[in-house]
Amino acid sequence: MKLIIIAGPPSAGKTAVVRQIIRSLSQIRAAFLKIDVVCATEDEEIREEFCIPSRKIYSGDLCPDHAGIMILDDAITWAIKEGSDMLVVESAGLCLRCTPYTTQSLGIVVLSAISGIQSPAKMAPMIALADIAVVTRIDLVSQAEKEVFREKIRGIRSDIDIVETNAVQGTGMRYLTRSIETACEITDPSSIMLRGIPPLGVCTVCIGKKNIGWKNHSGVLRQLDGDELMFRGD
Amino acid sequence: MTREEIREITILPGKNRQGKEEFFDEITIRPGDTLSIVGPTGSGKSAFINDIEIFANRDTITGRTILVNGSLPPEAFVRDPAAKPVALITQNTRCLCDLSVSDFLRMHLSSRGCMNESCIQDTILLANQFTGEPITGTVRMTSLSGGQTRSLMVADAILISNTPIILLDEVENAGIFKEKVIQVLRQHHKALLFVTHDPLVSLLSDRRIVMQDGAVSRVIVPDGAEEKAIRQMISVETMIGQLREMIRAGEMITAPLPVSL
Repeated sequence: MKLIIIAGPPSAGKTAVVRQIIRSLSQIRAAFLKIDVVCATEDEEIREEFCIPSRKIYSGDLCPDHAGIMILDDAITWAIKEGSDMLVVESAGLCLRCTPYTTQSLGIVVLSAISGIQSPAKMAPMIALADIAVVTRIDLVSQAEKEVFREKIRGIRSDIDIVETNAVQGTGMRYLTRSIETACEITDPSSIMLRGIPPLGVCTVCIGKKNIGWKNHSGVLRQLDGDELMFRGD
Repeated sequence: MTREEIREITILPGKNRQGKEEFFDEITIRPGDTLSIVGPTGSGKSAFINDIEIFANRDTITGRTILVNGSLPPEAFVRDPAAKPVALITQNTRCLCDLSVSDFLRMHLSSRGCMNESCIQDTILLANQFTGEPITGTVRMTSLSGGQTRSLMVADAILISNTPIILLDEVENAGIFKEKVIQVLRQHHKALLFVTHDPLVSLLSDRRIVMQDGAVSRVIVPDGAEEKAIRQMISVETMIGQLREMIRAGEMITAPLPVSL
C-alpha cells in the first residue's frame, strides 16, 4: 500500500487535490483520512463521490498534526484491512510549522497561488520536507506572477518538484498522478518515522522521537478510535 | 530542443461542450504569425490560449493536444519557466504579489534563468510607453493601476520572458495604448495570439479563429475583401483615440465629430 500525506494551510485546495488524485487514479483502490480540529465534512463528501473507505478524526484539544502522528499507524492498519492500495491522509494545516510527512510515504504540500508572495517562506518547513509542491488556483494569476511564486518556492528548496494546477479543472495534474504511480509502497509500517521534528510540547514527539504510533510515545497521546486523550508514562 | 528551434506549434482538435469534435484538422502557428481569437463571452476563447500556454495533452477540459515542431513537447516547456517558449498575458489587471516593481522583475528574470540587471529598467521604460501614468521601480506591484499592471506584464513578456509565442487575453480592455503595444509586438517577430473583442485588432490579424460553445467553429483567412473596412476602421480608431485623449486630458469636446463612414 502507498501512503500519501497531504499538508498545507487551510483553504489552499487540499481536498480539491485529493479529489483529482482519486479521480484520475481510479485503478488504485484508495482510502481517505481527514484530520481536522472541530469541523470537517471532507470524509463524507469523498465517500459519497467515490464510494471508498473514508473517515475523519477531530484532534480536539490536541494539536492536529500531533493527533495525526499518534493515529497514523492505526490508520495504516485500518486502510490495509479495508483492502486499499493507497491511503491518502489530509492534514488540517494550521500553524504551518509542522511537517506531517513520514518515511515510506509521498509528501505533498498544497499552496494557493494567491496566498501572498511571502507564504512559501512562512511555511518553509512544510515545503522543505515535502516531495512535491502543488500550487493551486493558478488560473487566477498572471504567468509572470506564477513564475515568481515558483521562484519563491525554489528559494526554500531548489530541487522540489512543483506542479501548478487549477485543481477544480485538473489542469497540470498529470505530473502529480505520475509521481503517485511511481511512488514507493510502504515496506515496513513499524519502521515509519517522521521526516522532521514538530515543535510540540506535550509528549515524546516534542523531544525528538520520530516513531509514529501512540504505542511508541509517552505523554499526552491519543488513538484512532475514541476521542479521549490519554496519558502514558511516569 | 531550445527556444530558437521552434518552427511551429500545432493545435489538434478537442471537443465542444456537447462532446462533438471541433471543425478543424489542425491549426499551425509559426513565428511572425498574428491570430485573433473571437467569439462571444463564454465561448472558450481564454480556454483556447490556456491550452497553448500549458501545452495541453488531452488533459484539459477541451481535450485538445498541442504539438511543437510536430511532436509532443518536452516536459521542461511546460514546467520550467527558463525553457518555456510561451508568455501569456491574462485578463488579470491585478497583481497580488507584494513586492516592488524592481524586485518582482528581478525575481522573474531569475526564474527565467537570466541575470541581466539592465533588463529591469528597460522593461519599466517599455511599459511606460503603453500607459499614461509612468511606473517607477520602487512602487509596490499591488498598488499599480489595472492599466499599469497590464502594461508592465506586456513589457515583461517581450523583454524578460522573451518567448517566441505571446498570448494576449483582451489586451485592449485595460485602457492602455493598444496600437503602441501591437506595433512593438510586431517588431519582435513573435507569434501573437490575441483573444479580442476589438474590431481593428481582429481585422488586422492574419487569421481569425471563431469560437462557439467551447470549440473552434471556423477559421477565417482574410483574402483582401476586408481592405476597405480596415481603412475605414483605422480612421474611426484614430478619431476615437483623439477623443479619448482629449477627455483624459480634461478637455471639452466642442467641435463637431467627423462622420465619414
